[in-house]
Amino acid sequence: MAWVSSARKRSPWLLHYETGGCNGCAIEFVAALTPLYDLERFGMLNTGNPKHADILVVTGCVNARSGRVLRNLYEQMSEPKVVVAVGVCACTGGIFHDGYNLAPGADKVVPVDLYLPNCAARPEAIIDALLTAADLLAETRRRDQHAHQRAPDQQG
Amino acid sequence: MKRRTVIPFGPQHVVFPEPIQFRLILEEERVVDAIPALGYMHRGIEQLATVKDFTKTLYLAERICGICSVMHTLAYAQAIEELMGIEVPPRAKYLRTIWAELGRLQSHLLWMGLAADAIGYESLFMQTWRAREVVLEMIEFTEGSRIMTGSITIGGTKRDLHAESLEFLLHKLEHLEQALNDIYPVFSDDPLIKQRTVGVGLLSKADAIKLGAVGPTARGSGIAEDMRLLGYAAYGELDFQPVVETSCDSYGRMLVRVKECFQSIELIRKAIAKLPPGEVLVKVKGRPEGEVIMRIEQPRGELLYYLKAGGDKSLARWRIRTPTLSNLPPLVHMVKGARLADVPLITLSIDTCIACVER
Repeated sequence: MAWVSSARKRSPWLLHYETGGCNGCAIEFVAALTPLYDLERFGMLNTGNPKHADILVVTGCVNARSGRVLRNLYEQMSEPKVVVAVGVCACTGGIFHDGYNLAPGADKVVPVDLYLPNCAARPEAIIDALLTAADLLAETRRRDQHAHQRAPDQQG
Repeated sequence: MKRRTVIPFGPQHVVFPEPIQFRLILEEERVVDAIPALGYMHRGIEQLATVKDFTKTLYLAERICGICSVMHTLAYAQAIEELMGIEVPPRAKYLRTIWAELGRLQSHLLWMGLAADAIGYESLFMQTWRAREVVLEMIEFTEGSRIMTGSITIGGTKRDLHAESLEFLLHKLEHLEQALNDIYPVFSDDPLIKQRTVGVGLLSKADAIKLGAVGPTARGSGIAEDMRLLGYAAYGELDFQPVVETSCDSYGRMLVRVKECFQSIELIRKAIAKLPPGEVLVKVKGRPEGEVIMRIEQPRGELLYYLKAGGDKSLARWRIRTPTLSNLPPLVHMVKGARLADVPLITLSIDTCIACVER
């Protein structure tokens, strides 16, 4: 069913969740949707409903409270799904990494496919990451491999 | 008594770029009470500051909030300078003012876009953010980066503006003013926007004083309060009056922000015209000791820092009170009695910045 994966690649819907951090990457993500950068020309649409979304965009460092929400959102998304960690805080915890209530990186809570370290991530970089994520969506075989890798992770 | 329902509003919601939760207690469609639930973005910055070197805490201050990063570095640098008795060169004070006003411009334009989006006016959202990109271009050209600029430091500024940059700024300000002139009548006169905002989220002047509203929320209720009148940085030498609206509703608060964009443009022009020559950075030696309170005007209102240092390499205490925290009690007051469908817009009307509140 080549046409299905081709269609997936051209209309990935995004779910954005800010887990903490300073908001800078979140604002740059919204800026990437607006006329100068215009993510919508790639068929991407920002949605608020996890059931509609294909790509989960995580910005900011994950703390004890938002980690639960993030996990919850991730589990509600239907397969295939790709997780993009935008900004150095989502990748490793960044400047806040030794904070007393933080998980060092979003990958401690959900499996992350793409890392975009930057402070703050520029809209061009975000577009690049999301286009790569759209390619991953189309790779069905890789997705099956991921499902195996994810299994032990999801128990924790 | 009617049957009551509790609806969790947030933490993940399309209206907010950031997570906050309100537990709304409803009687049919009317909100009777709202309980804010915080902590989704807590990072423990105040604790980190007691471990890190005080010069490195500057970068931590910048990352309290990505929208008003310049304001936080400005407040932190001013507080440390007051503790250590450092006199900042006059040129640096003017540069700080220019960058602070650019920060205010982009923050207000961002808010205007989000408000238009919450109303459902998608094309206005896009137009406002198009205008915002002009401001970000100016910030990037003069400060080197879009969000985290690191241009203000303890003892002055890290960068200087040359004649070429000033010319670029003036040229771009004209572009921006044209774009704002197009946007302004839509915000002030459009029937769609008026229907959604006039009389929604009422906060009387007496309530605003009693509940401690700050910034555009207070100015939208007829209180002429603006921390810039304290005259920090170069504001004492630039003649200006705070923008005040007396309609006490979401519409008034919106107009305050739109008009403040024009005010910021004027302030930048005045600062460029008066920009004195000279150095921009003095050397800093020693360690801070003592206590200080620093208040500055953020785009969202009064920002208050309390710093305590005991002559060590890190601070003993750093208390941050941000404008959105002060504006939460007025918000809970405004939401009571409103319809459920109006809650997103009322919440936005105080310009919530959760990253600031939870630190």
